[in-house]
Amino acid sequence: MITIKNLSKIYRTKSNTINAVNDLNLEIEKGEIFGVIGYSGAGKSTFIRLINRLEDPTEGQVIIDGEDITALKKNKLRLSRQEIGMIFQHFNLLWSRTVRENIAFPLEIAGVPKQTRRERVDELIKLVGLTGRENAYPSELSGGQKQRVGIARALANDPKVLLCDEATSALDPETTDSILKLLIDINKNLGLTIILITHEMHVIRKICHRVAVMEAGQVVEQGEVLDVFSHPKSQVTKKFVEQVMGENQQDDGLGDVIEGFATGKITKLHFVGEVTNQALISSVAKKYQVDISILQGKITQTRKGAYGTLVVHIDGDDEEINKAIDYIASTPVEVEVVHHA
Amino acid sequence: MLSELFPNVQMDDLWVATYETFYMTLISLVGTLIFGILLGLLLYLTARGGLWENKTLHFIVAAIVNIFRAIPFIILILLLIPFTDFLMDTIRGPKAALPALIIGSAPFYGRLVEIALREVDKGVVEAAKAMGAKTRTIIFKVLLPESMPALVSGLTVTAIALIGYTAVAGVIGAGGLGDFAYFYGFQRRATDVVFVCTVLIVIIVFIFQFIGDLITSKLDKR
Ligand SMILES: Nc1ncnc2c1ncn2[C@@H]1O[C@H](COP(=O)(O)OP(=O)(O)O)[C@@H](O)[C@H]1O
Ligand SMILES: [Mg+2]
Repeated sequence: MITIKNLSKIYRTKSNTINAVNDLNLEIEKGEIFGVIGYSGAGKSTFIRLINRLEDPTEGQVIIDGEDITALKKNKLRLSRQEIGMIFQHFNLLWSRTVRENIAFPLEIAGVPKQTRRERVDELIKLVGLTGRENAYPSELSGGQKQRVGIARALANDPKVLLCDEATSALDPETTDSILKLLIDINKNLGLTIILITHEMHVIRKICHRVAVMEAGQVVEQGEVLDVFSHPKSQVTKKFVEQVMGENQQDDGLGDVIEGFATGKITKLHFVGEVTNQALISSVAKKYQVDISILQGKITQTRKGAYGTLVVHIDGDDEEINKAIDYIASTPVEVEVVHHA
Repeated sequence: MLSELFPNVQMDDLWVATYETFYMTLISLVGTLIFGILLGLLLYLTARGGLWENKTLHFIVAAIVNIFRAIPFIILILLLIPFTDFLMDTIRGPKAALPALIIGSAPFYGRLVEIALREVDKGVVEAAKAMGAKTRTIIFKVLLPESMPALVSGLTVTAIALIGYTAVAGVIGAGGLGDFAYFYGFQRRATDVVFVCTVLIVIIVFIFQFIGDLITSKLDKR
């Protein structure tokens, strides 16, 4: 659907040259939510702005649905842009227009007749959940409502792609979740391809199918969110995973706790993917004559299932304990015995 | 009673002068609005990073604006006499003051327009570009509406400066309250005439300020 080939953007200022995007290659599938994560200055915004050519690339190509965006002349580019929606961190609404008029703006640009425009705006207002606020001005809306207007506006011309540059970074956590949910719904119901830029791992975790990690203008790692989460290779990725999982979580004070147990075994259970941990723990406790208590752990949900680690104490007969561990090992959960009492 | 307080004031003549001041101010304000917006847009669009980025053009427009702003109005009006004669076929009366008034205040307003446009959120212009808007659409549907309160308050400031200029234009016999105060008041030592003219000019200034503030606050939805 979207192919990025050898894409580069070099900014030359008087004092130095910056390789904001450096020989980037990506393939984005139709209908997926593709996340790009990186720290500030990694080149994420430059990258997303190259996609609709708000910046012209120094080198390389952006191909959307077989059309080479980078080769388009001015007029053709304008028409292509009408098929690429974009939402922004600071919403970028026209304060002089009401909600309704803001959403109608891209339709005016596309030359949609007045009557059709009105109907389409009504649909969009319903879609993003702003019924009743049609005639409010942006200054009368909350951040979350402003972003809903931004989303409705971006969807007005039925785009093929939606570009989101830090779309939730100016919002509080709850509002962020409601906007992410709206994006998931749109992705599902309209089959819209979404490219989303963020510096927050939890955003990636909650809504993305695949993710690319950017550093210094390059993609250092990419793949299914769960894979990248569970096997982070680069230093940056590990840092981002820690954002969600907490730092060195397995070891905080675990040593002291372990020493306190006189019987049983302390085991670490690593969850990756399609297993539900509650069901596993309770079924083990039912099947075998063991007591299981959870000492520590952190499980996080991605769209492809859970990921994380639990540290549990399994107590009972040695034989039963071993059977229980063998059973767990036969599931996709990895087991690691860290301490025998 | 009025004629006792102000024995030298001829009411009929005073009304004519007041009308002339209004006439000069309003007509030149319209001209200033048109040329000022054009100059301001040119300055803004040709600036670095602008939609029509063009160093040479920007330099030329900026130079013209700066030169005309630097010339004191009283000198400008004298310098423009031949041009006025050519354009208006007369160098006397309120009509003859119009070219100088417009040329004197359009560059001033142009700068205010440029400042107002620069205050428009870059992100909003970018959003319009991302939607595939033409430059014309960006100008008429984004830049001008989004800067409207500043454009109107700038126009108010300009209008008040213009009222002052119309008084100065009295030196070429433009008519209006300034002219009236000078020839009928100052030169004939009739202080009451000067006083009444001053009060009328202050009232006119207040009217413009009031209307301007009212429109500005009505427009501002931020
Ligand atoms: N217009 C520009 N001129 C010069 N340098 C720029 C410009 N835009 C971005 N940069 C530089 O490019 C790099 C990447 O910026 P950006 O894409 O905004 O990063 P991110 O969105 O990941 O924070 C930064 O070093 C930034 O300073
Ligand atoms: Mg950015």
